Amino acid sequence: MPRLKIDSTKRRNSELALLALALLLVLAYSATVEATMLDTITPDFWVPTAALAAVFLALHVVIRFLAPFADPAIIPAAALLNGLGVGFLRRLDLDDVSGVAEAADRGAFAGGGGRQLAWTLISVILAAALLVLIRDHRNVSRYSYTLGFGAIILIMIPAVLPARFSEVNGAKLWIRFGDAFAIQPGEFGKLALVVFFAFYLVRKREVLSLASKRFLGIDFPRGRDLGPVLVVWMMSLLLLVFVKDLGTALLYFGMFVVTLYVATERSSWLIIGLLLFFGGVFLAYYLGELVGGPFANFYDRATIWLDPFSDIDGDGYQLVQALFAFGTGGLFGAGPGGGSPGIIPEVQNDFIFAGMGEEIGLFGLVALLMLYLIIVERGLRAALDVRDSFGKLVAGGLAFTLGLQVFVIIGGITGLIPLTGQTTPFLSSGGSSLMANWMLVAMLLRISDAARRPLASGGGLATAPGGKPAPQQLHGAPTEVIRP
Amino acid sequence: MNAPLRKASIVILVLFGLLFANLNWVQAAKGEEYRTHERNSFRLRDVEYDKQRGNIEVHAGGTSTEAVALSKSTDGRLRYQREYPFGDVYAHVAGYKPVYGTASSVERFENDYLSGQSDELFTDRVRAMFTGEEAAGGNVLLSISKAAQEAAYKELKENKLGVKVGAAVALDPSTGGIQAMVSMPSFDPSPLASHTQADTDAAFAAYDGDKAKPLLNRAVAETWPPGSVFKVIDSAAALEAGSTPETMMQAGPSYVAPGTTHEITNASANVCPQQQISLIDALTVSCNTSFSRLGVELGRDVIKKKAQDFGFEDEALTCGNLKENSGLTVATSHVGDVANADGTEDKAAMAQTAIGQKDVRITPLQGAMIAAAVANDGVQMRPYLVERLLGPDRTSTHYTVNPEELRRSVSSDVARDLQTMMESVVNNGTATSAQVEGYDVGGKTGTSQNGVTDNHGWFVGYAMKDGKAVSAVAVFLEAAGNGGSAEATRIAGQILKAVTSERGGN
Repeated sequence: MPRLKIDSTKRRNSELALLALALLLVLAYSATVEATMLDTITPDFWVPTAALAAVFLALHVVIRFLAPFADPAIIPAAALLNGLGVGFLRRLDLDDVSGVAEAADRGAFAGGGGRQLAWTLISVILAAALLVLIRDHRNVSRYSYTLGFGAIILIMIPAVLPARFSEVNGAKLWIRFGDAFAIQPGEFGKLALVVFFAFYLVRKREVLSLASKRFLGIDFPRGRDLGPVLVVWMMSLLLLVFVKDLGTALLYFGMFVVTLYVATERSSWLIIGLLLFFGGVFLAYYLGELVGGPFANFYDRATIWLDPFSDIDGDGYQLVQALFAFGTGGLFGAGPGGGSPGIIPEVQNDFIFAGMGEEIGLFGLVALLMLYLIIVERGLRAALDVRDSFGKLVAGGLAFTLGLQVFVIIGGITGLIPLTGQTTPFLSSGGSSLMANWMLVAMLLRISDAARRPLASGGGLATAPGGKPAPQQLHGAPTEVIRP
Repeated sequence: MNAPLRKASIVILVLFGLLFANLNWVQAAKGEEYRTHERNSFRLRDVEYDKQRGNIEVHAGGTSTEAVALSKSTDGRLRYQREYPFGDVYAHVAGYKPVYGTASSVERFENDYLSGQSDELFTDRVRAMFTGEEAAGGNVLLSISKAAQEAAYKELKENKLGVKVGAAVALDPSTGGIQAMVSMPSFDPSPLASHTQADTDAAFAAYDGDKAKPLLNRAVAETWPPGSVFKVIDSAAALEAGSTPETMMQAGPSYVAPGTTHEITNASANVCPQQQISLIDALTVSCNTSFSRLGVELGRDVIKKKAQDFGFEDEALTCGNLKENSGLTVATSHVGDVANADGTEDKAAMAQTAIGQKDVRITPLQGAMIAAAVANDGVQMRPYLVERLLGPDRTSTHYTVNPEELRRSVSSDVARDLQTMMESVVNNGTATSAQVEGYDVGGKTGTSQNGVTDNHGWFVGYAMKDGKAVSAVAVFLEAAGNGGSAEATRIAGQILKAVTSERGGN
C-alpha cells in the first residue's frame, strides 16, 4: 500500500533522527568516561556504541516495515536509557583497571558492561522478533489463560525453591544456575500477568461495574466478583512473606488495581485497593515489630527509611552512601567517570541511579526521569488511542507498571519511600530485566502502531462517502459502559 | 475506559513529580550537608586527590626554597601522588599524608591550606573557576633551614657512638623559628602515602611494630632527665638571687643533702675537688656538689619558679603555626614534685633535682628553648615551623609569621651573665667541640642517669655574632653511655656551623 508508506515515513524519520541523537549522547558519554578516568580515550571506545547502534537500527528497520505507525519517541528514549546503562556499567569496570593499556585491552563484551551489552543485543533482537511474531496484539489474547497460569508458576518458583537456588542478597526472586547465571522469572511473570489481567477484565468488566451494593457512598461490588481481587491481593501478601520483597508485591497489586479501575471506570476499586494496600503495609510493619519472622525484612526496611543515619555502618549504610552520592553530585554532578560509585553496595543493580546521580547530577537525573516519563506517557497515550479494550488494558497496564516500578525503585533509593529491591528499567545490570522491558516496549510499539494506524488501512474497513471514516465496530467489548 | 486511563496518567505524573521534588531535596537542598558529611570521607578523598596538593618547602640558602613534600600527577584514579624526595630527612618535621589513615605534623595541621580547602584560598578557588585552571592547594614554607636539617640528620645518624635513638632541634632565638628538627630513628614517609591500601597498611604496621618507634618525633613528643643541662636554670636562679658569676660557692668531692645518706659526687675525681669554686667555674666544669648544694640553699620554690620561667610545666605549648596556634603537641617538661609524703620540700630530692636528676624531664625542644632564652637576652620566643603560606601560583602570600614573645625567662642582665658563663663552658670547659669560628658559642653539656640504661648524652647551646643570637640548639643521644655528651656537643657544633655557613658568615 503506497499511501500507507507515505503516511508513516515522516514518523519513522523522526524516530531515526532521535535514535541518532540518543546514540550520539551515548558515544559522548563513553568518551567522557574514558577521558575522565584514564586521561585519554582508548582507540576503540566507540565499539560498544557501534554494536548498540547496529542493533537499534535493525530494530528501527523492523519497525519501519512491521509497525510503521508506532510511536517514534519510545525506541529512542529506551535506547538512550539502555545505552547510558551500558556505558555506566563499563565505567564501573574501569574502576578495576590499572591503566590505559589494560583498558584498551578489554573487549567490547568484557566485564559487567560487556555482559550488559550482550544482553542488550539479545533483548533488542527479542523485541524485534516479538514484532515479527505478533502482527496484531489482539492475537495475544488467545493465549491469556496459558500466560496467566505461566505467570503464577514463574512468580512462585523462586518462592518455593530452596534459598540456595533462589536467594540473592536476601530476596528470593531468582532461579540460579550456579553462581554465574541467574534469571529473575518475576520480570517475565509481570508481563504475562498484565496480559492475563487485561483479558480477564475485558470479559468480566460489565459484571464488575454493574453489579454492586452501595455503602457509605461507595459502590461495592458483589462478594463473588470481589473474590479475584482478594485472591490477587492475598497472593501479593504471600509474595511479600515468601519472597521477602514488598516492592514486587506492591507492583503486582498496583498493576492489578489500576487495570481493574481502568476496565470498570469505578474509583471505588482504587479506594478499596489503597485501603487494602495500606492495611497490608501497616499490618506487615506491626507484625514485623511484634513477631518478626517473615515480616522482619519489611520492618527493618521501614526503620531504615525513617532514619538511615541512625546506623550508618550497619543497616543504613547502603541508603546513606546513596544519599551521599546524590548530595556529592549536587546540581551538575562530578562528570561521567568523576564520581566514586563503587562505594555504594549493589550500585550496578538497585542503586545504579544513585551511582549515576553522583556523576551526572540533578540535571542529568531529571533528564533520565523525563525519558522514563516519555515511555510511560507514550504508552498510556497508545492505550488512550487504541480502539479495542484488550489493547487499552494491556498498553495501560504495561505503561503504568513501568512507571510504578520506576517510582518504587527510585523513590526507594532517594529515601522517598522504604527501599524495595527492584531493577531500574533499562539501566540495571541483568538480562532478565532488560529482556522483559524490551518485550514490554515491543508490546507498546505494537499497540501504538494499531492506535495510530489510519482507519482506512486498519483492516480494510469501508470509508464512508465524503471521505470520513465509518463508525467502528471494534473487536471485543464496547468502549462505552452504561451505568445503572 | 479513556477517563480512568487519563487519571492513571495523572497519577504517574504525580508520582514522577514526587520523584523530582525529592531529588531536588536530596541533591540541591541537602546536597551540601551530604557532601560534607564526615562519614562521606571516601568521596571527599577522591575529590581531595583530584587537585594538586601544595608543597611543603624549606629554606635552601639565600632566598631559594626547596620542596620536601610535593604532589605529582599520575594516571590512576587518584590523580595526584604525594612524594617525599628526601625520604627520612624531613619525615618528622613535614609529616606524611596517607590516603588511608591519619596525616601527621605539617601535613596534618596545615591540611586545609595544602589541600586548598582553606578560607584563605577562597579567591584562588574562584579565580580558578573562571580561568578554567585547575584549583591547586597552597604552599607552606617552613622556617627549617635545609643545611641545618641535613647536617643534623647526617651527624645524628652517623654519630660516632653508634647510638640509634636521639633527637636534635635548632631554632632561631630571636624569632622562635625552628631551623632543624630531627628525630632518630627516622622513617621514609613515601610508602605511607601509597595509593595502594595494602602497601600503606604494611608500611605502617612495620613502622608501628618497630620497637625503636621510628614514627615518634622525639624532638617534641617525649621527655628525658636533662642531667647537668639543668644547671643553667640553677645558675639563673642564683644570679637572680644576687650572685654574680664570680661569687664563690662550696665545692668538694662529695655532698650529702640533709635528710639522707645518699652521697652526691662529681663526674670524676678531678672535677672541683677544691673546697671553693666560683659560679662560672662550677658551670664550666659541671660541678655537681656545688649545684646540689645551691639547689638546696635556694629551695624548691625558687628553682621551680625559675624552671617555669624557662618553659617547664607549660602544658599548652605547640610548635607549628602561630596564627592558628596549631601544630605539633609538645610534651610538657617537668621539674617534679621534690616533696615528702606530707608535701613539704624533700631536700634530698632537691639536691638530685638541681643536677637534673630525680624527676626532672625535658624535651629536646625545651633544651633548645633554654639556650635560646639565654642567647636572646632573656626573652623566650614562641617556637614555630610555619613561616609563610604561599598561594597556589606562589605570587601571593597569605600569611607571614609574626614572631611572638612567649615569656621573659630572666632579665637581660642575668641573661648576659649566663651568656658569659655558658661561653666559658664552650671555651674552657666540657664543650669545646661546639666552637664555631667567628661566633660566640655558649652551651652546657649534660649526662643523665636513668637507672635503667646507659647514661643519656645532652648538649644545649647557642651561637651569637656581635651580640645577636643566630641559633640555639639541643642535641640528645639516648643511652649513649660514656662520651655521650661529648658526641652530642660535637654534633651540635656541626649543626651550628651549618646554620652559620648558610647565612654566609654574617
